[in-house]
Amino acid sequence: MSGSLGSAPVPPLEPGDHVRGADDGAPRIVYADYECPYCAVLCVRLAAGGERWVFRHFPVRSKHPRAWAAACAAEAAGLQGRFWEMHDALFADQGRLEDPHLWARARALGLDVVRFDADRRSDGVIARVRRDFESGVRAGVVTTPTAFAPDGATTAGPEAAG
Amino acid sequence: MSVVAAGTPAPDFTLRREDGSKFTKADIAGQTAVLVFYPFAFSPVCTDQLNLYEEVLEQFTAQGATLYGVSCDAIWSQKAFKEKLGVSIEQLSDFEPKGATCRAFGVYFEKGGMPTRALVMVGPGGVVEWSWEGEHPGVLPGANLIFDALAARE
Repeated sequence: MSGSLGSAPVPPLEPGDHVRGADDGAPRIVYADYECPYCAVLCVRLAAGGERWVFRHFPVRSKHPRAWAAACAAEAAGLQGRFWEMHDALFADQGRLEDPHLWARARALGLDVVRFDADRRSDGVIARVRRDFESGVRAGVVTTPTAFAPDGATTAGPEAAG
Repeated sequence: MSVVAAGTPAPDFTLRREDGSKFTKADIAGQTAVLVFYPFAFSPVCTDQLNLYEEVLEQFTAQGATLYGVSCDAIWSQKAFKEKLGVSIEQLSDFEPKGATCRAFGVYFEKGGMPTRALVMVGPGGVVEWSWEGEHPGVLPGANLIFDALAARE
């Protein structure tokens, strides 16, 4: 965990980021959480639109109690090369985010479930989610989803979902 | 009326804790206290704001800061609000005489009968070290602003 969370610009595309869409130019950067309905709307719309965008985790526990577990599940699936498949599966059914539902998704994706379950609780995965969360805090993110467009425009909450 | 400026001594005040006991300036002596004034318990923006601060509470503590939520809601409403959010940040009530503490800090919005959204950081010596007030209650101060203020201390 880093020391200060003072203001800093949104990091541009960085190693380890989850990027989707056409490989052309600066991406839209989205901070979102899997238990947030507006985030689901935005991310489904972006995935359908084909533009280049980055997904970063911004789980807020007290607001969305399963958001952290879901974020870690997506990262753990990512360690087996299936981040986006888990991402889509989480947003597709936000009413089912308890542990058995996460295992069921991992099984459906053909993951090694034992490894998935160990990975999602690992320090490395937690640190990866925390990295996104902290860069969001430093950039002034206060709600989800928050989207930073390549032209510098920022939209947040229902407005960002469009 | 605008929020008390940095460099001025914090006014004397009396708020009520969850158990109904008094909470005064003496209770923050020796602390770096961040008073988080918010319009209403259960209103959507306040909910996001306290949820977010709760998520980085460990880092606030590591920087020596203690956060308190302040509104004109009754202690019972604040208690229910705190439980619903699942946050541990202490809530302080400015219910009766209504808004007296908010007025003393320059954050009472007369027309709305509520505090404006504002942050006041009071240093261990009782002097205001930093303050922030939103252009309107919908503007939500990021946690980064508080960390900036904490980093700027001598």
